[in-house]
Amino acid sequence: MKEQPFWNPVLETMTREKLKHLQFKKFKRILNWAYTHSKFHKALYKKVGLTPDDISSFDDIKKIPKVEKSMMRGIQNKDPFPYGDALCVPLEEVSTYRQTSGTTGQPVYQPDTWQDWEWWSECWSFVLWAQGYRPKDRVFIPFGYNIFVAFWAGHYAAEKLGCEVVPGGVLDTQSRILKIKELNATAMMATPTYILRMADVAKNKMGINPSELSINKITCAGEPGAGIPSTKKRMEDAWGAKVFDHSGATEIGAWSYECGEQPCGMHVNEAMFLVEIEDIETGKIIEEPGRKGKMIITALDRIAQPCIRFDSKDVIEWDSEVCTCGRSFRLIKGGVIGRADDITKVKGVLLSPAAIEEVVRSIAGLGDEFEIIVDKQGDVDRIKLKVELVPDVSRQDVEPVLIDQLRLKTNLGYRIEYYDYGSLPRYEVKANRFKDLRKKY
Amino acid sequence: MYDQKKIIILNEKIKKIKELFYELEIDSGSFPALNRNTKRALASLKMIEFNISDLIEFDLI
Repeated sequence: MKEQPFWNPVLETMTREKLKHLQFKKFKRILNWAYTHSKFHKALYKKVGLTPDDISSFDDIKKIPKVEKSMMRGIQNKDPFPYGDALCVPLEEVSTYRQTSGTTGQPVYQPDTWQDWEWWSECWSFVLWAQGYRPKDRVFIPFGYNIFVAFWAGHYAAEKLGCEVVPGGVLDTQSRILKIKELNATAMMATPTYILRMADVAKNKMGINPSELSINKITCAGEPGAGIPSTKKRMEDAWGAKVFDHSGATEIGAWSYECGEQPCGMHVNEAMFLVEIEDIETGKIIEEPGRKGKMIITALDRIAQPCIRFDSKDVIEWDSEVCTCGRSFRLIKGGVIGRADDITKVKGVLLSPAAIEEVVRSIAGLGDEFEIIVDKQGDVDRIKLKVELVPDVSRQDVEPVLIDQLRLKTNLGYRIEYYDYGSLPRYEVKANRFKDLRKKY
Repeated sequence: MYDQKKIIILNEKIKKIKELFYELEIDSGSFPALNRNTKRALASLKMIEFNISDLIEFDLI
């Protein structure tokens, strides 16, 4: 019998018209739920004079006010403690606590019922099935199981699929590599930063070539790297494995995934989420491909603390291509391109750290790590780029192509500093390679 | 394989199971092992409803 390529062969191949109908009906259901059970949502909608009954067509959805992370911070740390007025279920029905990382401010608390937790792993099941995870896989998960959701739901989804899961929690990097080798693990999930870090440690500290280990597929999340071609290539070359992108967030869920065709983009799981792209400057919804904007997202089935028209600040764009995998779920081109907070104007030009990453990682003579620092001298913006030279490579070997490519891809000039391999900071989970010091002035 | 008829039959089976689980939940008052496992089973069943029953509920089949 031919293997089924889709986790849900009906939903994933549904016509666009039917998908839109499904999304609208589910949007109405979750909107009604939130209006009825959340004091926060009810007050938010009443403030603009809307009730769920006012939403009678797909186009009406944009009338619903957006929710920003700062609004969630404002209502939390109150009863029902610590979640406050957005909690839609009795406190005793909350089975799982998670929180955001707090990189952009006070962490947001995230309650989930057991149904929500089943839903999390259901969303991840779409991801893993599309990326070829099957019951024969032994999946190694090298992350610190803790208050951050990270790969927790990936673990549960892999179990649901029938895979054997090896939780590589509090082991150090070398112990994790040895465990992968000892058990012949076939798949792995981690941030791009950590995938490259593990490869570096294996090669340079342990004398192990990671491409000779048994890992044949890797699912990345938490950072844009697996959607940046040069970073993806570095990871695939290092591990001799297919590397797949995936995106999710604590307050949202696992909303998108790259499929086995690796189409240089990710499918939005449109059966479980409604994604809108908003023009950052005009606030208008972008329907057509090729224009970047920030993502406004609704999790259509999450109940404890609903996520309705959440302003994620993720920058994405619709792809004009239809994927050859057969899914009708729309593609976002190149995955999540960056954060609206990070995409900033320098010397009047929009600068995306992901574009710099693409250049640095495309040059073989440069190491994986780099750092971007933007500051001001008087009234003039300056960008410093710190890069590492790999052993036996000189500055003269890489500088012409580096300057040329940076100019070509970003339209900006840089002060470049070269460092010995291994001198820049190494990160274990998510990296912080972009620093905008102008915000301190 | 996933035609309208098949989805309708699947949905009928899902509804029957759900009714049975609800009955079990009602009967489970002072029996924690039955009560909590039934609640978990209902949460899992909800995922099957999202995958199958919503197609019927929202007239997509």
